[in-house]
Amino acid sequence: MSIKSSLIVCHECDLVHRIRALKRGETAKCARCGATLFQEKRNSLDKVLTLSITGLILFALANGFQFMSFELEGRSQVNTLISGTFEFWRSGYWELAVLVFLVSILFPLANLCLMLYVHLPIKFGRRPWKLRLAFRLLVALKPWAMMEVYMLGVLVAIVKLSDLAAIAPGVSLYAFVCLILIMTLANAALDTRLIWRGPGLREGS
Amino acid sequence: MNRMTARKMSLDACHVCDLVMEGGSSGGGCLRCGSRLHRRKPDSISRAWALLIAAVIFYLPANLYPIMTVISFGKGEPDTIISGVGHLFDAGQWPIAALVFFASVLAPVLKITILAFLLASVQFKWSWRPKERTVIFRITEIFGRWSMIDIFMISILIALVKLDAVATVEAGPGATAFAAVVILTMFSAMCFDPRLIWDNAEIE
Repeated sequence: MSIKSSLIVCHECDLVHRIRALKRGETAKCARCGATLFQEKRNSLDKVLTLSITGLILFALANGFQFMSFELEGRSQVNTLISGTFEFWRSGYWELAVLVFLVSILFPLANLCLMLYVHLPIKFGRRPWKLRLAFRLLVALKPWAMMEVYMLGVLVAIVKLSDLAAIAPGVSLYAFVCLILIMTLANAALDTRLIWRGPGLREGS
Repeated sequence: MNRMTARKMSLDACHVCDLVMEGGSSGGGCLRCGSRLHRRKPDSISRAWALLIAAVIFYLPANLYPIMTVISFGKGEPDTIISGVGHLFDAGQWPIAALVFFASVLAPVLKITILAFLLASVQFKWSWRPKERTVIFRITEIFGRWSMIDIFMISILIALVKLDAVATVEAGPGATAFAAVVILTMFSAMCFDPRLIWDNAEIE
């Protein structure tokens, strides 16, 4: 057998460790450099499913309504989550249009969809189609979903405008704040070891 | 288990799904998730340097050109990254000003400096304090993305403030360069392999 399922290797310093069972809430850390090796997570499957479905509903709300409104001298202007992308595109900054669209809309959406896609079949005892590809995408896109950073951008924008004009938050903004919370919880509940431990899943299959 | 590295035991560990397997048993791909396997990230040092140097080059236009222009009652006022932070301080918005100062001014400089230091330390095979260097790398990788705050702020302002001559915000070329700095340093950090720090420490 060439697979060493009892071992785990530290990503950061290459030290080999033997996997031991952990108690609830415990984290296994590398003995040499202190990097996190793995965590024991309870009910990961149900949590991730619930949170990613909630997240998708909030995502629709966050994109379907107005985000903020701005009023000055009797004139007002509203925006939505995606209008920054359009405005960058319209004014010739297509690189920024693509970047903002990817990291604030597409990648968070992909993150939610992939979590649901991977976990839903496992819940019903099946192996998701193209699991390997979906899993690799899920891991690769994770650092590029930047909704929480976007939220701070919103905060700075509000502060910058506050002495210039009246700003009112829209439905989308509230949904967006909830979505960030839900996505953080979902990603924290994600147990990648569970995905491969599921029924009918053999290494190499 | 004594302190053995996967390389010494000729084991391959998958970066993506954490599976450990005997070296050469897989034909280059992870037996479980199919990701490409390598004991050390390929060309780690030269790739990370190349991306870091590109980030340094973009750093100049990012700070010299305006990132946005606020046109208020017909008068335009271009803002660079630094002057944007200055306005927030002038307006007495200390917490937000401090946040933007950290994210837009301090974080990119720190990240570039730290990555350059770590790359140099690996390239010249220093064995000095491997654990501390690993921790510094870990922290650097986490805070880099927060530098995107300014880009998102601009994307909101340009979409919201467009009342023609009364008040309009336009993006400036500095914004593209600044986004490039952030993205390039993120890629550079991803190319850097912290295990190289330990390889040199073990030589002693």
